[in-house]
Amino acid sequence: MNTLNIDIKNKAFTTADKHSVTVIEDLQFKLSNNEFVCIIGPSGCGKTSLLNIIAGLDKNFSGSVSLSEAGVQFKTSYIFQNPRLLPWRTVLENIQLASNEPANNDTKIIQLLQRLGLEDSLNSYPHHLSLGMQRRVALARGFYRESDILLMDEPLVSLDPPTARKARTLLIELWQQQARNVLFVTHDLDEAIELADRLIFISSSPSHVLADIKVDIARSERSAKNIEQFKRQLSSQRADIAHLI
Amino acid sequence: MMNTTPRLPFLQPLLSLSLLIIIWQVLASTLNTVVLPSPLLVLDALIAALSSGELQHHLGITLYRLAISFFIAMLLGTAIGVALGRHQKTNAFFDSWLVILLNIPALVTIILCYIWFGLIETAAIFAVVVNKLPNVIVTIREGARNLDEELLEMAEAYQFGPLKTLSQVILPQLYPYIMASARTGLALIWKIVLVVELLGRSDGMGYQIHLFFQLFDITSIMAYTVSFIIIIQLIEMMVLQPLDKKSQRWK
Repeated sequence: MNTLNIDIKNKAFTTADKHSVTVIEDLQFKLSNNEFVCIIGPSGCGKTSLLNIIAGLDKNFSGSVSLSEAGVQFKTSYIFQNPRLLPWRTVLENIQLASNEPANNDTKIIQLLQRLGLEDSLNSYPHHLSLGMQRRVALARGFYRESDILLMDEPLVSLDPPTARKARTLLIELWQQQARNVLFVTHDLDEAIELADRLIFISSSPSHVLADIKVDIARSERSAKNIEQFKRQLSSQRADIAHLI
Repeated sequence: MMNTTPRLPFLQPLLSLSLLIIIWQVLASTLNTVVLPSPLLVLDALIAALSSGELQHHLGITLYRLAISFFIAMLLGTAIGVALGRHQKTNAFFDSWLVILLNIPALVTIILCYIWFGLIETAAIFAVVVNKLPNVIVTIREGARNLDEELLEMAEAYQFGPLKTLSQVILPQLYPYIMASARTGLALIWKIVLVVELLGRSDGMGYQIHLFFQLFDITSIMAYTVSFIIIIQLIEMMVLQPLDKKSQRWK
């Protein structure tokens, strides 16, 4: 199993009045063994910048993102905050286009869509689907593509609580079936504890890693009560990240 | 979309056209002059030109010139328009060239092309392209500026590569702009082609109309014009409109 090393020395923005603002400074961590990792940090701490750098959208930084095996190009999938589907392509075509394999496996796509309750929308255009459905299509697209790492930028934000709960269950099911490294950005700690194997807390900008903590609750026992207890424990043990809890 | 299409979609334009022909007929018979022949006389001339095969010959040549210069202008214009729309620095540098090109009268480019390259086919086509090109560039540049950055990012994150990004992400968004410049382009180009033919070719509609002008044959001028308008309308209805409809399927 390949390990993905993330080591960002410096990422700065130039503001409109020519000031240079550092958003990320010495941020390092590793991803391996198909872990589900949640990134938690205050808003404006450069979480989206971090994902954009890993996805290769932002090359203007110093540092590196690479696989431990030298010379191998890693593949990413990115599930954005908004669905970002191509409006002129059907659900099926949108998912097919995201694949990097020469031939598409439509059976796999249909199975994915069935799990997400979208089997009837195979040939619909995104325009005709509700936002919740479009988000599920984006989820299917991210999981269909074979990748070394799946990036998610608060994909469940602004869903109502019951829908979000259902989406989380679905997300974990999909991930357990199609194992891979996941980097999930959120500002909701309860959500993070429910989903993650590991929590990475990052500071406000210029951001770096404050704490890297394993969630040692079995997945079947992540009830609201246990999550609450985990949080209490965490804040009593780690005064340095108490402000994020 | 609202359903405002009447049950007989052809009825209204048909009525409107009939009215136009009636006004023409009334004017022609009241004025009773050689400079305004009646619709029937024009129809006669049209049939005569068709049966001699002359009309088809010249119309064919003009349409051929129109098609070639249209495709060159659209292709080049789209490529340059995208480049200028996506790269601010390039655009800032070449913007003044575009302003100059937009402001040179068609007649001047045509004459210059004939002087520089001689009275040859290439000069004729080149002159038409140079006249149309800046309009295409300006329209497509606007479209390229309005491209959805989020979708472009998605394409990059999913490693679409340049070809797939162009065909799946960029061109579908430029489509309305391409269609708009194709429509105005068609109307503009055929007028320029006629002038180009009038000034330096020995065949085509423009040449024929020039000939009729010297012979003072107004009926034939009108017959040729009518036939040309019909062809352009047919292209609009049979090619451009269906293309437009097909591209709007997903909306």
